[in-house]
Amino acid sequence: MDKVFKALADPSRRKLLDVLRTDNGQVLGELCQHLDMSRQAATKHLKQLEAANLVVTVWRGREKLHYLNPVPIHEIYERWIGKFERQRLRALYDLKEGLEKNYEK
Amino acid sequence: MKNKAEFVYVTYIHSTPEKVFNALTAPEMTRKYWAHLNVSDWKVGSPWKHEDANDGQAHIVGKVLESDPPKRLVISWAFPADKDNEGKHSRVTFEIDPGPGVVKLTVTHDDLEPGSDMVKGITRGWPLVLSNLKTLLETGNAMDAQTMFAHWKK
Repeated sequence: MDKVFKALADPSRRKLLDVLRTDNGQVLGELCQHLDMSRQAATKHLKQLEAANLVVTVWRGREKLHYLNPVPIHEIYERWIGKFERQRLRALYDLKEGLEKNYEK
Repeated sequence: MKNKAEFVYVTYIHSTPEKVFNALTAPEMTRKYWAHLNVSDWKVGSPWKHEDANDGQAHIVGKVLESDPPKRLVISWAFPADKDNEGKHSRVTFEIDPGPGVVKLTVTHDDLEPGSDMVKGITRGWPLVLSNLKTLLETGNAMDAQTMFAHWKK
């Protein structure tokens, strides 16, 4: 779990996860296009994300595809959000989302 | 280039390949962490059903495409309404790799229609189902499946 928190502590790595969330299963070149970082930097970040099991890679022929794996994040959620809190938290989250959306308009 | 969506999920479980395979295919196990019964004889070519544990209604149907217990299971996956429309069937591959003291379970869900209701459902569903499966096999307790499913439906 330490690895998950460390991996998530960096904004570039969170951005990488966001990019995969939008379009899952990308090669390194595609990922670099979305991010302001070199191939070397992206490779290093991806390694950390992989070590934390937040990114999973699959070889398709000669292409290495990267996939977002949110399972460890769900485990964190399960650990600290009890079954009784989740309904209330969901309601609070919806309220915040709704209010902030209206505020932007 | 990509006209189908694909998702890959991985979880590491302190268990054995046999127990993980059984947890995916035995209805009395899937009921505990999935709120559904996975029903089939799990032979290649046989149908399988994902039935609501409460009312027995099938929510997902498909066929067994490959079966190599306890290492690999491939099934097709569709809403009952699309049962006879194979163009709308997606595919789920379970791969179980044993490591030292831990089993790596990889779930690949592919051949999905991008942006479909199925994609919305499974991207919320798999992380929940897999983390609950891990908890069940490692601790013997799963989160109350009914609560989990009520949450999933939201």
